[in-house]
Amino acid sequence: MSGHSPEEIRKSVKSYMVVFGILIIGTIVTVLASYFDFGSMTANIIVALIIATFKASCVALIFMHLNAEKKTIYMTLAFTWFFFMGLMGLTIWASEDKPNFTVAPNDIPAVAAAPAETDH
Amino acid sequence: MEVPYTDTNRPDTGLYNAKVGIWLFLASEVMLFGALFSAYILLRVGAMEGHWPTGLLDVGPGFVNTLVLILSSVTVVMAWASLKLNNFKKFKLYQGITVVCALLFVVIKSFEYNSKFTHHDVILNDGMRVDGHLVEETDEFIVLSHPVSYPAEKGIGYRPTAIKEAEAHAHEAGDDHHHAEDRKISKEEIDKRTTWGPWANTYLAIYFTLTGLHALHVIAGALVIAYFWGPGSKMWKTHPEQFANRIEVSGLFWHFVDLVWIFLFPILYLL
Repeated sequence: MSGHSPEEIRKSVKSYMVVFGILIIGTIVTVLASYFDFGSMTANIIVALIIATFKASCVALIFMHLNAEKKTIYMTLAFTWFFFMGLMGLTIWASEDKPNFTVAPNDIPAVAAAPAETDH
Repeated sequence: MEVPYTDTNRPDTGLYNAKVGIWLFLASEVMLFGALFSAYILLRVGAMEGHWPTGLLDVGPGFVNTLVLILSSVTVVMAWASLKLNNFKKFKLYQGITVVCALLFVVIKSFEYNSKFTHHDVILNDGMRVDGHLVEETDEFIVLSHPVSYPAEKGIGYRPTAIKEAEAHAHEAGDDHHHAEDRKISKEEIDKRTTWGPWANTYLAIYFTLTGLHALHVIAGALVIAYFWGPGSKMWKTHPEQFANRIEVSGLFWHFVDLVWIFLFPILYLL
């Protein structure tokens, strides 16, 4: 970062203020969007995550300077992304591997009592 | 012996050491929070129909906390920019505001936690479930304010419907500013009772785990940023470039903390 000229820093400061405004508006939009039903729970989740991802991208690209970083950082993040997607993907893939409850837990009938042990 | 590449870039990567280090650390943090987010997804998707609560959290404090962290993200990068423009006074101002924002976040979070720990959830002997804020307790009875009541067999997922039904009844009765009266419950009527801590249900368990871990990161980050605002700022006089790099690196951690909250807020408070 020693290569930043004062002029470049001043330009960056302007972009920080723009992103600040975008993040405030994005947060208000997030809350307002939560009052709308976009058709299904899945759609509601997708809309919320799109807004959150957009806000997170603004923070990452502008505040964290990822828009002009070096290859080493990009490679590190590429590996991170791969493992993160693997983590989320495997978990979601496994989400159907669960007992299929057809009765509520309170309605499970009691197991018949085992016969009493006798000493021989 | 002087540690190399603290204020100059390595010729092969074009980066100073601390920057590589912090990004590797943030990569590990992505996996840590990612694991908990995926646990949240698994728990939510796997929950029995009607047994995943919604609307338990106040959106207001969460919204304010989001704004507080966003502001702190701006001020922490402005602190770094001020150093690059050789303005130490402005650095002190912005860095100080960042620390104040961090403290404000933690204070608001503790009020939120306290409101959960004083929110009681009871199942009565007649099968009704009532939850509300505990305002009075004696040996004989408890009093809950803003009570919400519904049949326990319907599950906690029914709670928002119960609230809407109560509001609709109040509207039909001509009471548009419905405010449920405090409910006095004799302890003899109570079958089970708990508070809304992490022990209460799976949703609250993952809520406290995620936000608790995040709050620990906020506190740790605040301590580091406060150190650089205070005694650590002496380095500006002797090694200004290295000090600016330290501010940048601690700022990167702080932005990550903000990033996590940007996802936590809608997932836990709004969905």
